[in-house]
Amino acid sequence: MGEAIKNRYEFVLLFDVKDGNPNGDPDAGNLPRIDPETGNGLVTDVCLKRKVRNYVGLVKGEQPPYEIYVKEKAVLNRAHERAYKAYDLKPEAKKLPKKEEDAKRVTGWMCQNFFDIRTFGAVMSTEINAGQVRGPVQFGFGRSVDRIFTGEHTITRMAVTKEEDLEKERTMGRKFTIPYGLYKVHGFISAPLAKQTGFTEDDLELFWKALINMFDHDRSAARGEMAPQKLIVFKHESELGNAPAQKLFGLVNVEKNCGERPPRSFDDYTVSIDNAPEKVEILEML
Amino acid sequence: MNKSSPFRLKVSGPNACFTRPEMKVERVSYDVMTPSAARGILEAILWKPAIFWKILQIDVMNPIKWESVRRNEVGAVVSARNAKTAMREGSGFLGLYIEKERQQRAGLFLRDVAYVIHAEFELTARAGPEDNVVKFEQMFIRRASQGQCFHRPYFGCREFPVDFEFIPKDASDLPAIAKTHDFGWMLHDIDYSGKEPMPQFFNAKMVNGKIDLRNVEVRS
Repeated sequence: MGEAIKNRYEFVLLFDVKDGNPNGDPDAGNLPRIDPETGNGLVTDVCLKRKVRNYVGLVKGEQPPYEIYVKEKAVLNRAHERAYKAYDLKPEAKKLPKKEEDAKRVTGWMCQNFFDIRTFGAVMSTEINAGQVRGPVQFGFGRSVDRIFTGEHTITRMAVTKEEDLEKERTMGRKFTIPYGLYKVHGFISAPLAKQTGFTEDDLELFWKALINMFDHDRSAARGEMAPQKLIVFKHESELGNAPAQKLFGLVNVEKNCGERPPRSFDDYTVSIDNAPEKVEILEML
Repeated sequence: MNKSSPFRLKVSGPNACFTRPEMKVERVSYDVMTPSAARGILEAILWKPAIFWKILQIDVMNPIKWESVRRNEVGAVVSARNAKTAMREGSGFLGLYIEKERQQRAGLFLRDVAYVIHAEFELTARAGPEDNVVKFEQMFIRRASQGQCFHRPYFGCREFPVDFEFIPKDASDLPAIAKTHDFGWMLHDIDYSGKEPMPQFFNAKMVNGKIDLRNVEVRS
């Protein structure tokens, strides 16, 4: 494993959805999440983290050191007994060291083997506080740039599930889609926390790849066409950072250019990026 | 002198959840930021074993607004015992299946929050001979005004990142909301000095948008 990353990063991910539901709201019968006050759409942090996990699980075959701890069954059915490289057999041999040290070793081992624990952190059930790791990568909620409108579509199926419904001949269902929505999400990567979990440059590379490609492996009837449109990364020269995060996020301007007409594609938006302050590098990954 | 001069830090963000301990399954936030959350924000910017942050006052800058979000969450924690076995034997099943451990939880979060934290730090018994107040004061001012942080501070939960801005000493106070309200008993902080961490509460009174914490009675 390589060395932990040495720079602080922030990133802005712009992604859009066309005729789909990016994130259903369990409180509202799976309607797309919406901020009732502004009408803007919402995609939770955990929804995006799930997609990162699925992508990494897929490309790395769920094998250590890129195994995924929080799994979806569908992926897991393929997985079998796995051999881990136990690099340290000492903890059992000498029982004397304080339990805290022991807990730290287990946590460290989990970090080494599991990509999602290394990246997002995890709570481990040790009695000691050291069993909790905070990962370097932190997502905010994704919010749409403009108000979204939810379309409700009634659909039919030319079959029924139950024998007693046979004379009905068909079932009706409902489906909700957003004709178009451009979402913006902010993310943070802390170098000092990366050091604690061993999140390396290679991991970072894989993480960027995941952000760019994750929607391509998450196709389903509900999602419609989801796609990343821009990934703008701010790389600070130092570990602690060289500029306030909100100033950097403010450099990214997303504006509607289609006048009164509702936006229906990414071409209806203009994205411009202002110059970065000193010692901050802007990387346009996409 | 082992106490810093008071600092002011403006913090803001689109959402926040300062979870009430009595409603933590389906999280419900307090109306305003707790002193312990404010301490966490400062510690994300600068903390050393040699210093201890004390929150003096919290100014509420934005009207209190709410938002409800329900999410699928995992209800289990990583089993350290299983991990240990896998470590020793070199093989095993690890991992959590979200289908088995799924819990749907709603959260009542604050939205569009902004506060000014007034705080100072004191040197602790763990301060070495080379530690002094001026050194840490300068360090904090430098980090806070340049937007540097150890990790991104957050409003209660990590999905609610904090934007922070250092307010220089000579700058005038920012206007707080013109509201006076008694929030009742609210979490002050967790006391880690004993065997078990103990929560401590105080009666939170906001006067013209300001919650003074200098001389509040704290009960556990």
